[in-house]
Amino acid sequence: MAGISRDDVVHVARLARLDLTDEELDRFTGQLAAVLEHAADVAALDTAGVPPTAHPLPLANVLRDDVPGASLDRDEVLSQAPAVEDGRFRVPRILGEAP
Amino acid sequence: MTGGRREGRAVTAVEIAADVRGGRRSAREVLDEHLAAISAREEELHAFNLVLAGEARAAAGEVDRRVAAGEDPGPLAGVPVALKDNLCTRGVPTTCSSRILDGWRPPYDATVVTRLRQAGAVIVGKTNMDEFAMGSSTENSAFGPTHNPHDVTRVPGGSSGGSAAAVAAGFVPLALGSDTGGSIRQPAALCGVVGVKPTYGLVSRYGLVAFASSLDQVGPLASTVADAALALEALAGHDRADSTSIPQLAPALTAVLEEGVDGLRVGLIRELLDGVDPDVGARVSAAAAGLEAAGAKVDEVSLPSAGLGLSAYYLIATAEASSNLARFDGVRYGLRVEGDDVTAMYGRTRAAGFGAEVKRRIMLGTYALSAGYYDAYYGQAQRVRTLMIRDFEAAYEAYDLLLAPTTPTTAFALGAKAGDPLAMYLSDVCTIPSNMAGHPAVSVPYGVGEDGLPVGVQLLAPALGEPTLFRAAAALERSRA
Amino acid sequence: MTAGWEMVVGLEVHTELATATKLFCSCRNAFGDEPNTNICAVCLGLPGSLPVLNRQAVELAMRVGLALHCRVEPSIFHRKNYFYPDMPKDYQISQYDQPVNVGGWLELPDGSRVGITRAHMEEDTGKTTHVGGGGGRIHGADHSLVDYNRAGVPLVEIVSEPDIRSADQAKAYVNELRAILVAIGASDARMEEGSLRVDANVSVRRAGATAYGTRAEIKNLNSVRSLGRALEYELRRQVDRLEAGEEVVQETRHWNEDEGRTSSMRSKEEAYDYRYFPEPDLVPLAPSEEWQGEVRSGLPALPAERRATLARAAGVAASEPAVGIAVAQGLDGLVAAAVEAGADSRLALNRAANELANRSAPDVAAFTKLLHMEGHGRLTATQAKAVLAEVVTSGGDPEDIAKAKGFEALGDDVVAAAVDQAIAAHPGEWERYAGGETKLAGFFVGKVMAATRGKADGRAVTALLQERLASGP
Repeated sequence: MAGISRDDVVHVARLARLDLTDEELDRFTGQLAAVLEHAADVAALDTAGVPPTAHPLPLANVLRDDVPGASLDRDEVLSQAPAVEDGRFRVPRILGEAP
Repeated sequence: MTGGRREGRAVTAVEIAADVRGGRRSAREVLDEHLAAISAREEELHAFNLVLAGEARAAAGEVDRRVAAGEDPGPLAGVPVALKDNLCTRGVPTTCSSRILDGWRPPYDATVVTRLRQAGAVIVGKTNMDEFAMGSSTENSAFGPTHNPHDVTRVPGGSSGGSAAAVAAGFVPLALGSDTGGSIRQPAALCGVVGVKPTYGLVSRYGLVAFASSLDQVGPLASTVADAALALEALAGHDRADSTSIPQLAPALTAVLEEGVDGLRVGLIRELLDGVDPDVGARVSAAAAGLEAAGAKVDEVSLPSAGLGLSAYYLIATAEASSNLARFDGVRYGLRVEGDDVTAMYGRTRAAGFGAEVKRRIMLGTYALSAGYYDAYYGQAQRVRTLMIRDFEAAYEAYDLLLAPTTPTTAFALGAKAGDPLAMYLSDVCTIPSNMAGHPAVSVPYGVGEDGLPVGVQLLAPALGEPTLFRAAAALERSRA
Repeated sequence: MTAGWEMVVGLEVHTELATATKLFCSCRNAFGDEPNTNICAVCLGLPGSLPVLNRQAVELAMRVGLALHCRVEPSIFHRKNYFYPDMPKDYQISQYDQPVNVGGWLELPDGSRVGITRAHMEEDTGKTTHVGGGGGRIHGADHSLVDYNRAGVPLVEIVSEPDIRSADQAKAYVNELRAILVAIGASDARMEEGSLRVDANVSVRRAGATAYGTRAEIKNLNSVRSLGRALEYELRRQVDRLEAGEEVVQETRHWNEDEGRTSSMRSKEEAYDYRYFPEPDLVPLAPSEEWQGEVRSGLPALPAERRATLARAAGVAASEPAVGIAVAQGLDGLVAAAVEAGADSRLALNRAANELANRSAPDVAAFTKLLHMEGHGRLTATQAKAVLAEVVTSGGDPEDIAKAKGFEALGDDVVAAAVDQAIAAHPGEWERYAGGETKLAGFFVGKVMAATRGKADGRAVTALLQERLASGP
């Protein structure tokens, strides 16, 4: 794999919704490159025919019955929120529709 | 250092519970002694983010009331316990040592917290940690580092450094931590206490603030193997609120501790001895000899993929973390830094709320999952995970248990690795394989290194191998003296 | 304009499942409750919470798949990562490359089939309300408010193959799908309440071409009618561009119902990169053959099958619109019962399809009786419809209602007397009628109607005239 560039780091920071400073972008570019270089042996490994393991457990079909339970108290939940209005969570204006 | 109070007083959880259950001592009395120990050294060590003296006194009073009323106060009756601050406690701040959870009080208890309360334990506080469990030194805490009780210029390890230090300093006989890549075992080793990472799915993760969901497990830190066994019996067992919880009862552990290791086959993992400090290696050899003296047969075994584990682990753990930590966005709870629009608010809140290591890992994980890189990094790491599991399966055809160092070194100085993330990551190399495979492992203190600081050795077992693991850990502990 | 061009459409339909609780927690799945009252640690994505899959949601999703002739396969959930305030965890738990239902088809009333690529499970998002500025719209709003009651409600997304070729066919597809979803109890499928949502992938190509054109995805289609209008608009827009030598851009477009046009939704944001990966908090789903068999055997007769059954009973083609309407309205049982009881099948079907749509169904006995009265000429068509309307609203006996309305059936003898009177009064016309001038039948019917003040049944009068003709005056 080619190394990670500063532009890559800028792009990833935007994806992750992290407003990084220029200093952080520089530092992370170097540090992430070092970690990815260490991971080059993993990236380069021939794993043809090896299935991925998403989960260490062999469980399947873990299900719950469709029976209503208690919900949380709205006031208690909203009391934790940075901004509320009209029984709802208030957020600054949204610039785009949901994808 | 372990168990700061002597004079024949009960100091282990097993002894405290027996005394309180038998009415020989009150839970309040036990608690007051421990609160006094905390007062004496907490300022110097900073093991806790929060000490819950008032709540603890109320809980201890309730235990005493039950004893007086002839009710069963539970197997951990009156045992003071500290919780890593990534375990949710109803109405009590749960910070993950992060600014981003500023002010958040969970509306519920983690399942393990509920089980501790039901078992009669007395929760005395929330311990310091690396922010969101990301780190190996407890230096990545928004509230400042925890110091190693054996040498306050050294780190306690991490990320459950506050819990390890609290047990080592005699603040509590028992603490809970979480272990994603070694975060219980590594600080246990560096602080000279016992630390257990159970089989993935043995202990409920409900209410554990997630770092990497497919790797995280809650487990106990204690001053003795028997205390850890008593705690795990109370914590383990199926929880319907966690889909990855194994549908089985908790294993019987305290009953098997005296069974010994006669005839057990133990494999010493060759690859994990590479690169460890010679004095640490010497203690591992001493542990092997101790087990052999107790009747086990110890041979070297190869785990070829172990060397790939570290990188694969960091790709998987950070990928999952990048997603798990997305929810900290300033909308529903915790910190918000206002912005002109919602995207600006997200970016500022997360920039202000997360520390450098958390940001770095979110960045790495986001990158590992992003378009064009998934197959090379995350997908490939999952295949390496398969290879590691296969290596373990092969090893367990010939061996009942595996033996390895817990950490490559003893406790390092505060600040020594702070500027070099990769060097810090390398301190997890011996503990990561168990997390990748979902297997249980325990770190048992086994003497000291040349610097006089504790060394931990690690026993590993296949999934649900806790009974054998604890048998051997108890035997190892006995062989130490 | 668009002659020589063909529209190619694939539809993505999201439907909320009619469970009692949400997909991953035990909060109520309810529409219209006070904001943020059906929320808990799980659906609010509080730190430390974990999802547990709802068995009934899985069962309903399997019902949807089996009703659409899909294979039910072992499946897993993924996380779809993107930041948006209506999503509490900032990722959506959704099925991705291993969905529960794969490869089926849906048969439309006209007999055509649309392929189903997949029907997978996922969780719904919360709802945002936009305040200030733009009159409730996102653009120009001052800030927004979020209600998470809907967050975590179970959805099935049904993705069709690009087999649809016209706006009418797209509308028929959605109507048929709704009928199926309602019939199997999977969803109430109400577009106006958002429990059924439709997105359309549209491209155009020259008639006869086999390669697909570049497609646009159309969102914000709030009714079947909007779907039709948006597709017609998009067909013209894309053809206009191509004929002007421009290209169609692959993008998401927003349908504006008031303006009757679509517009690009792209903002300054970077293209989304969802970073899908397997959801580590859930384990795989692998419904056993036995479970699938139970679900399959619990499925009711589906609309296509019911149309075929009704068409056979009524002796008409299954593609006849009245058959489709009767089934869509759930009136096929009523019609079949009336036919069974001896009612005229054609009349039963037409009265049901035309008079009973969107009304409560009458009692079978009353409906059958009414059809008999009309069939035997004791009520005119107009009278029969009026009586049926009354039967539906009041539930009374058709005989009594007819009497009360003054539709007192004229006895056969009264009608016969009026016919004879008319013949006697107009011998010249009768001669011509008897001589083969058949259009004069209308003349005599008119005279009889006038004499009976419209109470006679036209068909009965015509029959009597023919009878007189055959027997001789």
